[in-house]
Amino acid sequence: MDQTRRGVLKGAGTAGALVAAFATGALRPADVFAAWNKSAFDAKSTADALKAMNITSAADSADIVIRAPDIAENGAVVPIDITSKIPGTQSISLFVEKNPFPYVGTFNVAPGAEPYVHVRVKIGESSNVRAVVAAAGKHYQTVKEVKVTIGGCGG
Amino acid sequence: MGDPMKIRARLQGDVADVRVLMAHPMETGQRKDPSGKVIPAHFIKEIRAELNGKPVFEAQISQAVSRNPVFAFRVKGAKAGDKLRITWEDNTGDKRTDEITVGG
Repeated sequence: MDQTRRGVLKGAGTAGALVAAFATGALRPADVFAAWNKSAFDAKSTADALKAMNITSAADSADIVIRAPDIAENGAVVPIDITSKIPGTQSISLFVEKNPFPYVGTFNVAPGAEPYVHVRVKIGESSNVRAVVAAAGKHYQTVKEVKVTIGGCGG
Repeated sequence: MGDPMKIRARLQGDVADVRVLMAHPMETGQRKDPSGKVIPAHFIKEIRAELNGKPVFEAQISQAVSRNPVFAFRVKGAKAGDKLRITWEDNTGDKRTDEITVGG
């Protein structure tokens, strides 16, 4: 298919759907969580992304555990497990600091779920992976370094 | 509408260990095809999970998530026979919902 036409159609489709959703005011009746934070996802640094999410300070915490490989042979698929032992954990946000767009996403934990998430992410180059947990109006963070060997020799 | 998700929910006591595999290209919008044109971004933006109609897990994600994304999370207070429904929506407005029965 013609690439330009496809892009235009896709763009139009997204914009149209969004406008319709906002106009009816019923984006998601069952949705009790925040909307997709475009400015945070578009941020080119972790600091900017945090600012866009209104997170001004996050205390370092040993109660957040990031389980990720120290050395990832394939940066396209890096498995990451995050567990928070902080009581009242509401959400877990993940950042890969050296990616072009560091903000990977936020996982909202509803009351009744355990603060644990597993996700596989792309990591462009060796980078710190940062998890920010929101609990009872406060923010906590922890950082883990992941080295990426592009060559795949296991380094 | 993409391919069906693979969802697995394993009960450990009253906690359901949920794993889900979604079929999606998760295109970043940074890559180029062989002729040098940028491949447009195409990625899942939002994921929602409901247990018997009650939201239990929700995520907003970006293109940094790997292609054919795998997620795992845990839901407390689940029992055999509960309906677990997972929905994703991507940046083109495409959606898919799949439902399984826990422990079934």
